Amino acid sequence: MSLVLEKLMVTLPRADRPLFEVSLRVEPGQVASVMGPSGVGKSTLLDAVGGHLAPGFRCAGRVWLAGRDVTALPAEARRIGLMFQEALLFPHLSVGDNLAFGLSPAVRGRAARRAAVATALERAGLAGMEGRDPATLSGGQRARAALMRTLLADPAALLLDEPFSRLDTGLRAEMRAFTFAHIAERGIPVLMVTHDPEDATAAAGPVLRLSAKGA
Amino acid sequence: MSDGRGLRGLVLLVVGTGLLVPILAGLAETAAAAFGHLPALGFDGWSLTAWQALAAEPGLTTSLRLTLVIGLGATALSVVLAMGAVAALAGRVPAARGMRALAPFLAVPHAAMAIGLAFLLAPSGWIARGLAPMMGWVLPPGLASVNDPWGLALILGLLVKEVPFLMLVTWSALGQIDAARQMAAGRALGYAPAAVWVKVLLPQLWPLVRLPVAVALAYALSVVDMAIILGPSNPPVLAVALTRWFFDPDPARILPAAAGALVQAGIVALGLALLCGAERLARWLGRRWVQAGGRRAFGPGLAAVLVGGLLTLAALALLALAVWSLAWRWSFPQLLPESWSLKFWLASGRWGAALGMTLWLAMASTALSVALAILWLEAEDRGQRTRARWAEALIYLPLILPQIAFLYGLNVVALRAGLSGHPGAVIWGQAIFVFPYVMIALTAPWRALDPRLTRAAAALGAGPWRRLVRVKLPVLLRPILTAAAIGVAVSVAQYLPTLFLGAGRVATLTTEAVTLSSSSDRRVVAVYASLQALVPFVAYALAALLPAWVHRNRRDLAGAVPA
Repeated sequence: MSLVLEKLMVTLPRADRPLFEVSLRVEPGQVASVMGPSGVGKSTLLDAVGGHLAPGFRCAGRVWLAGRDVTALPAEARRIGLMFQEALLFPHLSVGDNLAFGLSPAVRGRAARRAAVATALERAGLAGMEGRDPATLSGGQRARAALMRTLLADPAALLLDEPFSRLDTGLRAEMRAFTFAHIAERGIPVLMVTHDPEDATAAAGPVLRLSAKGA
Repeated sequence: MSDGRGLRGLVLLVVGTGLLVPILAGLAETAAAAFGHLPALGFDGWSLTAWQALAAEPGLTTSLRLTLVIGLGATALSVVLAMGAVAALAGRVPAARGMRALAPFLAVPHAAMAIGLAFLLAPSGWIARGLAPMMGWVLPPGLASVNDPWGLALILGLLVKEVPFLMLVTWSALGQIDAARQMAAGRALGYAPAAVWVKVLLPQLWPLVRLPVAVALAYALSVVDMAIILGPSNPPVLAVALTRWFFDPDPARILPAAAGALVQAGIVALGLALLCGAERLARWLGRRWVQAGGRRAFGPGLAAVLVGGLLTLAALALLALAVWSLAWRWSFPQLLPESWSLKFWLASGRWGAALGMTLWLAMASTALSVALAILWLEAEDRGQRTRARWAEALIYLPLILPQIAFLYGLNVVALRAGLSGHPGAVIWGQAIFVFPYVMIALTAPWRALDPRLTRAAAALGAGPWRRLVRVKLPVLLRPILTAAAIGVAVSVAQYLPTLFLGAGRVATLTTEAVTLSSSSDRRVVAVYASLQALVPFVAYALAALLPAWVHRNRRDLAGAVPA
């Protein structure tokens, strides 16, 4: 179930040299941190792993997930979850429907799906908030709901793009603990981009430093 | 600032007397005639004669059925194709480039496009000529491929004009929502891009495109010029039947026409109600589908291919106009003319007056509309207020009400004022429809202007008028000219306002082209239709080139020189 990046290189449109070359192995339950100055290509690395590169970006090397080569697969077929700085809950759906959107289609039947959503909300401290407009949630509530939405899709790996940087200092530690606890429970490999050394320390996994000249 | 209030009052007064009052008065006069009150023809008092006459019209039920099937069908198809094509193209084609490629199809007036399509589709048209060798045709096949009794040619014509419009609207709305990251979020949860479109992006886009869709629907339900050229002829769609009756040599037929005009308004109201109903149903079904978590959907690729086909047809239609206008001898089944001639272009005595009138009407109605739009937006700025819903509704009102429902009554008012048949009345009638488009086109760029520029000017002691004339207008020159070019395109395309308020005496390229389309020499029609299509193109070209020249030493304002 590990995530393996094998000589992964991304070249920007109209550039002749790759932005970086990365080889990395993340074991199940491990959180690897990617650090480095702005503009070095940290988010681009996540895009390459998740399959979200914009047209024109060229990608070489391999991404293996649980022994399967996913490099050529579209994003939706990779089973790699993605969390942004903002929660990015869909504004037109209620909180419950946001989670139902994430919930794997393998869970069948209206009653079973509703129960799965209710359980997830409860675990996020949002019990009974199915009908709420996501805009009315606090920052921490939104972040927890977004994590639940991602985990309900039953991902085989997770990408975190500076997931705590928008939160207040107090909330940050709490959300970090909440996130890492859920990840540990799932036992899936995680790749996290961060600016905050405390994130990397808390993650306690391998640290990859991207520098302007490549890794 | 009291200045803002005075300006706002002035703008409201002008919009009220120039736009709202005429529409309401026109509706009232039409309604009066529909209930038998038409003193000019000796019908005094109230009666249901008009409705009885309408009910007795042969073919009325067919006309009603055609109107509904064509209008609803064409709009539903346009919406699905436009959204599907944008879904397939967005993210692959840069928005600016895509929208630039669509602009020419929007600029071409409906009548010119319809005539070009007729040249393609007719039994002796280009498509039949292309198929002739394979089918062994030596004579045009006996098919009703234009003016067919089902209205298929008309539906195609409406698609060719409405799909690019709705694509443009959808594509620019896409820039207002966080589409790229929501797409990534949806795909990371295992959803195919098409499914993310339907479940995530479309529900957020819909409120932004609902009004333009309503405009397209109202248009498709009440179209006249395209329907005369491409639509079923006997019986035609309701709006065409009404136009015939209004201009019938027997003035008594105005009565059933007036009653029918109210029915036409009712049909548009019904169409809008159906749109609301469909929206609710889609929202309910969509929620169920979201909750069920289905990851798959399909369609954008197919829509993009179909739209590609439509745009190819449109381009060929325009080419057909040019080729026919230059043809001399061109017998079936030759693919190209056997001999060419400039004769019809050189006979400017025929089309010169119509071109001159078209240009004069376009410039006057556009100038009025642009001036009013600028004053309106400036008044909003000075009042520091956002636009109220009723004001937004007022802008869209002329685009949603069927023209024929109030133009007859409006002309009655103009007759009483001694204005009917005068170009001034036509300018006014066109401006009612030009102003909304200019206003819509100018609003977004006006609001996007960096407010620090005017604050800086104010801090330097410039008063409100000086800030408007010396800072805002020059900086906004490009969008203002683009809005003006759109205004010209809208004015050139107007058929019914020119017909009614000109009392048949003001001849423009459009009225001439529509009149000639059924009977006359294709080569003559082609010249009128080509000219009609060229005027908006020239306007767009000037709108692109003038700012580039004026601001040639101002890199931030000159913009990219158009290719």
